Amino acid sequence: MDFKLKIWRQEQGSVKGKMMAYAVKDISPDMSFLEMLDQLNENLTLSGQSPISFDSDCREGICGQCGLFINGRAHGPRGHTSTCQLHMRSFQDGETIYIEPFRAGPFPIKKDLKVDRSALDEIIISGGYISVNTGQAPEANQTLISSDTVEAAFDAASCIGCGACVASCKNASASLFTAAKISHLAQLPQGELEHKKRTNDMVNKMDELGFGACSNTGACEIECPQGISISHIAFMNKSYLK
Amino acid sequence: MYFSTDSKQIPKSKIPQGDLRDKWSNFKNQAKLISPNNRNKYHVIIVGTGLSGASAAASLAELGYNVSVFCFQDSPRRAHSVAAQGGVNAMKNYKNDGDSVHRMFYDTLKGGDFRAREANVFRLAECSASLIDQAVAQGVPFAREYSGYLSNRSFGGVQVSRTFYARGQTGQQLLLGTYQALMRQVKAKKITTYTRHEMLDLVLINGVAKGIIARNLDTGKITRHTANAVVLATGGFGKIYYLSTLAMGCNGSAIWRAHKKGAWMACPSWTQIHPTCLPQSGAYQSKLTLMSESLRNDGRIWVPLTRNDNRKPEDIPEEERDYYLEKKYPSYGNLAPRDIASRAAKERIDAGHGVGPLKNAVYLDFKDALANQGKATIAKKYGNLFDMYQKITGINAYNEPMKISPAAHFSMGGLWVDYELSTNIPGLFAIGEANFSDHGANRLGANSLLQACVDGYYILPQTLPHYLAQSGNPEAINKEDPAFIECEQQVTKQLEELGKINGSKTVDYFHRELGKILYDKCGLSRNEKGLIIAIEAIRNLKASFYNDLKIPSKINGINEELEKAGRVVDYLEIGELMCIDALSREESCGAHFRTEFQTNDGEAIRNDEEFKFISCWKKSDNVPLLIKEMLNFEFTKPTERSYK
Repeated sequence: MDFKLKIWRQEQGSVKGKMMAYAVKDISPDMSFLEMLDQLNENLTLSGQSPISFDSDCREGICGQCGLFINGRAHGPRGHTSTCQLHMRSFQDGETIYIEPFRAGPFPIKKDLKVDRSALDEIIISGGYISVNTGQAPEANQTLISSDTVEAAFDAASCIGCGACVASCKNASASLFTAAKISHLAQLPQGELEHKKRTNDMVNKMDELGFGACSNTGACEIECPQGISISHIAFMNKSYLK
Repeated sequence: MYFSTDSKQIPKSKIPQGDLRDKWSNFKNQAKLISPNNRNKYHVIIVGTGLSGASAAASLAELGYNVSVFCFQDSPRRAHSVAAQGGVNAMKNYKNDGDSVHRMFYDTLKGGDFRAREANVFRLAECSASLIDQAVAQGVPFAREYSGYLSNRSFGGVQVSRTFYARGQTGQQLLLGTYQALMRQVKAKKITTYTRHEMLDLVLINGVAKGIIARNLDTGKITRHTANAVVLATGGFGKIYYLSTLAMGCNGSAIWRAHKKGAWMACPSWTQIHPTCLPQSGAYQSKLTLMSESLRNDGRIWVPLTRNDNRKPEDIPEEERDYYLEKKYPSYGNLAPRDIASRAAKERIDAGHGVGPLKNAVYLDFKDALANQGKATIAKKYGNLFDMYQKITGINAYNEPMKISPAAHFSMGGLWVDYELSTNIPGLFAIGEANFSDHGANRLGANSLLQACVDGYYILPQTLPHYLAQSGNPEAINKEDPAFIECEQQVTKQLEELGKINGSKTVDYFHRELGKILYDKCGLSRNEKGLIIAIEAIRNLKASFYNDLKIPSKINGINEELEKAGRVVDYLEIGELMCIDALSREESCGAHFRTEFQTNDGEAIRNDEEFKFISCWKKSDNVPLLIKEMLNFEFTKPTERSYK
């Protein structure tokens, strides 16, 4: 397969960026999107040009480090799929593909397609945990949790922190990310006690960092590689307003 | 000769006195302590924020020590522990199926082909139960029965169900638990995080570890960091094979730089080849994806009886299928340990029975499980793994068998550590996959998360303070010390030289070539002739690397090619030592299968008489020096490892 690529290039956050045109040839449909970029980078390097910076690590859809805006969608055209799990068979031969970084005020661009998502860590630092020290936990089976409860908590806990929810939101809201953590911990008896304080701290931090408010458009849920439901946002809002 | 032996030096393993069951208690009872109000005076550097690094950092910070953590990812939550799927072992005997600390200890020791220390392995089993309690308290959503009690499943190499799991994302959930514990201590201002930083070298003052030199991957700035102790928690170096199950950034650089400063490497050639990965589909591939071994609980592995059978799997009748694991190892069947399952797959593939477009896979078939248990049950157990399989291959495994193949995975080798997890350099510790400890020559499934967590949560927080207490009052360490200045100059010079080569080949080219040599000659099976060829080939490749490498862009800024080049520099050296290590061990054990040492029916022949030791490699100006840590089996009798 052959593709025309239009890729966002930006030397660093403080300088202006622009879309640049590239072409790749003989791409296997079984190649992942990032492997296609690897091949382009190898060609750029050999021809003395600067390769395109992008983030990725596990390439198994679980570390959350990758994330590109592809043809106007976070992680590209497939639902519930991170960029590293997107394969070229999802595109038409000869297609022009537009590739941009995740854009949001609290995600400054570092270089090309690489952005700084440390704001998401800041939200967790503000309270996204259960306060338990090492070595003092009670026997695990003393806390009975129904299978349904644990599965519901898991649905929220499976967030990979990629930031697609922020990037796909017109308000650059981090509500889905924050709500997922709040909902994961609050649904379990271990996390219930700190629930109110945790919610207040995390929501306030999210606002302080410049993320926008949620206006229920639902784009985040559609683009989330893990399919995390926006119902967690309602849960978070209810807890916050209590 | 490719190496020489130093028989005079005897490694001090520091195994405590007493019965196996008492050793860890005896250590703790006798360990020196630091009072709470003095702990604030000590500073510890931890490199790596996976399960071992983050859990160690959080635990030490909770105790009152000041900790700096370094990771090359943009967030500690992305460390590669996140990718582990199947589960974590722990001795709880919730199933009442005869499990015990001793049985878990024995399974692990036997699984590792009796090439690990008894005392370490016993402690691993002993501490395992606490880990489940800890993780549950942190909110890790382990699978539960309808009654609300925790659920278990079985893994390769054992006959009990002791594996706790969180769908197929156990590593992710455990890592998030420990990442959150880490972040809680960041808020408490006990931990400082240095993300997007890579350790370039270890700094020793008078032979004692006192800090590191790091590079900020965003700015290219090189910085000095001082500490009273340094902990390497950097994971494994299986990515040396290029195609592996590891994340793109996984590397062996930190431990190798420490090795070059005098730390011993132990058994570097023991790399686990995982049996249930997706097969390679083309030359462009950057990695291979692992599918959890837990699939072998219900999936049956087979290949066509006829060679080069091009029929679709559904067109091959039962009697023309070879369920080779069930046939060869009836008591463990599809749950035979990883080394055995991987080798058996390779043997069938090499004999012409492989399936798939490149004939490089075997079938993992859920037909019977789906018929017996129904789709809903199978989907509940493995649904996300089936989804992942479909995403990558485009194939629905509910309708046809999965195709799986062995791929490089876990490093059992790593820095040598004593019972206290200290390397032979005072003040330098290595934990988790970065050390060689506990797994022997083969790691049983679901023991890696366990070892990483136990090292970080329970062992290091006892042993590192013992070291600090023994080393006297904490002295202020000067960043302007000549050792720091010289070290920084050396790493800067190395980066500049890499940037200047301006040849005609990319870093990935050299990495791929190295991977091919290692997979072919020092992979699933090895022999003397092949290893010697590999050593020479790696030396030639290394010479070509320094002549013909091309690094684009400037070195003081974001430069992924430069990052990768630094790692490949180390891989080329590690690869050579891996082959030398494999060459020196004239026996077959666990993941190390020397074709010269096998029975008529292809089973490994271990040689306890001559090789009942851990190979510790010391850097020297000439050839590497082999120092032997003899293993003393005081409480078990090493037996031939049979899973038949």
